[in-house]
Amino acid sequence: MSEPTPVLALVDVSKSFGAVRALRGVHLDLFAGEIHALAGENGAGKSTLVKTFAGVHRPDGGRVLLNGEPVVFHGPADAQHAGVAVIYQEPTLFPDLSVAENIFMGRQPRGAFGRLDRSAMNAAAAELFARLGVVLDPSGPARGLSIADQQVVEIAKAISRDAKILIMDEPTAALTGREVQRLFTVARTLASEGCALLFISHRLEEIFALCRRVTTLRDGAWIATETVADLTEDDLVQRMVGRELTELYPKVDVKPGEVALEVARLTREGVFTDVSFTVRRGEIVALAGLVGAGRSEVARAIFGVDRWDAGSVSVEGRPLRAGSPTTAMAAGLALVPEDRRQQGLVMELSIERNMAVTGMKKLRRGPVIPAAAERALAADWAARLQLKYSRLSDAVGVLSGGNQQKVVLGKWLSTGPKVLIVDEPTRGIDVGTKAEVHRLLSNLAAEGLAVLMISSDLPEVLGMADRILVMHEGRLTAEIARSEASEEKVMAAATGRRGAAA
Amino acid sequence: MRGVIERLGRVRELGIVGATVVLFLGTGLSNSGFLSIDSFRDILLNTSIIGLLAIGQAMVIITRNVDLSVSSITGLSAFTAGVLLADHKGLPIAVVVVACVVLGALWGVVNGALVAYARIPALVATLGTLYVIRGVDYWFAGGRQVNAADMPSGFLSLGTAKIAGIPVLPLITLVVLAAVGWGLANFRSGRELYAIGSNPDAAVLAGVPVARRLLTVFVLNGAIAGLAGVLWAARFGTLDATVATGKELDVVAAAVVGGVAMSGGVGSAWGAALGALLLTSISSALAVLKVDSLAQYAINGLLLLAAIILDRLLALRVAARLRKKSRERSTETGPKVAEVLG
Repeated sequence: MSEPTPVLALVDVSKSFGAVRALRGVHLDLFAGEIHALAGENGAGKSTLVKTFAGVHRPDGGRVLLNGEPVVFHGPADAQHAGVAVIYQEPTLFPDLSVAENIFMGRQPRGAFGRLDRSAMNAAAAELFARLGVVLDPSGPARGLSIADQQVVEIAKAISRDAKILIMDEPTAALTGREVQRLFTVARTLASEGCALLFISHRLEEIFALCRRVTTLRDGAWIATETVADLTEDDLVQRMVGRELTELYPKVDVKPGEVALEVARLTREGVFTDVSFTVRRGEIVALAGLVGAGRSEVARAIFGVDRWDAGSVSVEGRPLRAGSPTTAMAAGLALVPEDRRQQGLVMELSIERNMAVTGMKKLRRGPVIPAAAERALAADWAARLQLKYSRLSDAVGVLSGGNQQKVVLGKWLSTGPKVLIVDEPTRGIDVGTKAEVHRLLSNLAAEGLAVLMISSDLPEVLGMADRILVMHEGRLTAEIARSEASEEKVMAAATGRRGAAA
Repeated sequence: MRGVIERLGRVRELGIVGATVVLFLGTGLSNSGFLSIDSFRDILLNTSIIGLLAIGQAMVIITRNVDLSVSSITGLSAFTAGVLLADHKGLPIAVVVVACVVLGALWGVVNGALVAYARIPALVATLGTLYVIRGVDYWFAGGRQVNAADMPSGFLSLGTAKIAGIPVLPLITLVVLAAVGWGLANFRSGRELYAIGSNPDAAVLAGVPVARRLLTVFVLNGAIAGLAGVLWAARFGTLDATVATGKELDVVAAAVVGGVAMSGGVGSAWGAALGALLLTSISSALAVLKVDSLAQYAINGLLLLAAIILDRLLALRVAARLRKKSRERSTETGPKVAEVLG
């Protein structure tokens, strides 16, 4: 049987950054009309591979073939001209420009004298959104869009380029179930129109639902390219981690203690209304709901980042002052934010500096922070969290997503909190690290920590939580006990359907 | 319906216009001479050079960079114009103008290469060239001063000539303003400057030729500074190596007061020019009101801070509004999206 020529292929590609060999002898071929999955833990080289396709990195060894012909991409523009479009994990939009301009940057429709034709541009953007089945204002600014909406803009951008090869680097990480289904429909349509798609996701069930073949990378090396239908999830996990995964959700049963966090009738005008719940010591309570339901906003208000208009929050019976993260921290609250790059870490600073930043008061000797104390604290937590790093003085930005998340966790755990709020703790984190984070949360709860976990990952919510609170459009719509929880119940409450509450 | 940003941009520029009007009326109440045609003409004339430089600077700041060397380029260009005219009688004025513009553009190439290709932060690179160019100016001048009497009267009349009662210098600034303002808003390359300033990494990924655009911006700004030098020579007549020293900060201040944010991606050439007009008007008004000229520095500084605070407040308000709008939108369209997916 004669194989058709792949639209885009990597042949024996290698790439090193200094001493780090990010890719070693990687093979990958994408065929028109096929959705191909790329699997691997974080740090396995997936992002490097994507950037090689995108023309951001040039391989040190091996060849890139476009329709069977060797090709060298000198930059992202070259790759785009070749019909390669990449949807990155972290949307890359221009916040100051309009949505339509974000889509058509550099390709805006022009009228006489090279003048931009704004109405034609907005109309074209509206048409793209209609095709994607979403409602977005093309002339509105990109600033303030939710991550799901930003993702939609990225996809519209790629489609508008008539991309022949679409590379999606974890597009579903921030999407809700419905949005994922919408994306899959779009992906299948594009494939049926003759596009080649490369799909990256940490959610194995998505790979199995969407893709025909899967290529697995481990530590930068090519492991296998196989047909998905011939694999089980366990097989795939084993290819990725190279060992049996003990258990993804190692939840330890804990008898809950006294109330650690009590939130009563908390309201922030136009954001969330009348939110009341408690979290006991030793309990993991999940806050589920669709993106934009107001979950992160509740967390931010509890921690004092945003003010609240009515209601109260108390930690171990003592009420907190509104809008003061300092008092919240002093009372024993810790918040691991959703967006670790923007809110959780200072990417340019070293691992030790990032870890020590919450403990400056404890570490300081007079006005100085002794470097040795800083280092000792960081080394301690790095060991307890099994952080993978070369030197503690390295910038946090060079770590993989999972390891960055561990640094944020370490930074907060070192304050000895009574209540830990984690917002999407495993978003964009590989399966191996995910299990480690879960084990960590479970152990912390067993030690008497009260954990409030915000998550859009349903299996995670069901696997980890003692109780599940569900939010819909700024209100709590259900509280479901672990024994009674199911995906259907949570989704029904999250979408506001009646009869969902237990 | 235009985007909120554009509406906000308009509001922002309207605010400067409003402040200028209030200033004129207030000063006029105390001294009606301030509202005379002559006074307006004077202020326009005084605005023309700083305004011109602010227009160029706006382009640079929009890309999240800054060019501090413009004052030195203007100084060198002014002195060069003076020497050319004084030592080569009969040289057509057009040739002098072109020579000075090219001179400015060449220094712009140096700045642009340092920033775009050598990746030196613009603040440092142009601080360096600020001193280098001024040094070249001192070396070239060697203590010499060119006086009005040495230059042909045809050239000097540029500084005082009027078309339909409006002085020529501000008209030149207006022409440049129209070109730059229109280009920034309506050319792809203009929009790409906003993209670079708004999110440099995303600009690279979107295939914007970032380095080339930055080089172009610095070259254009250099050329504008070169032109400003010629205007300076025509207006003031007395030229030595110290011309325009320290003006770079006035220029940056004008752009910022005019709503061009140092964080990039925001603002317009119109705003920058209005900022220059407001700052110049304040100086004139303070002089008319017989305020100590030293106090003017403090007042300009306060104004700059006020502009930045206002900017921040506006940004917060817009953020709150967007948040509300996005919530409303999701409630409105919720069922619709569900239908599409269902």
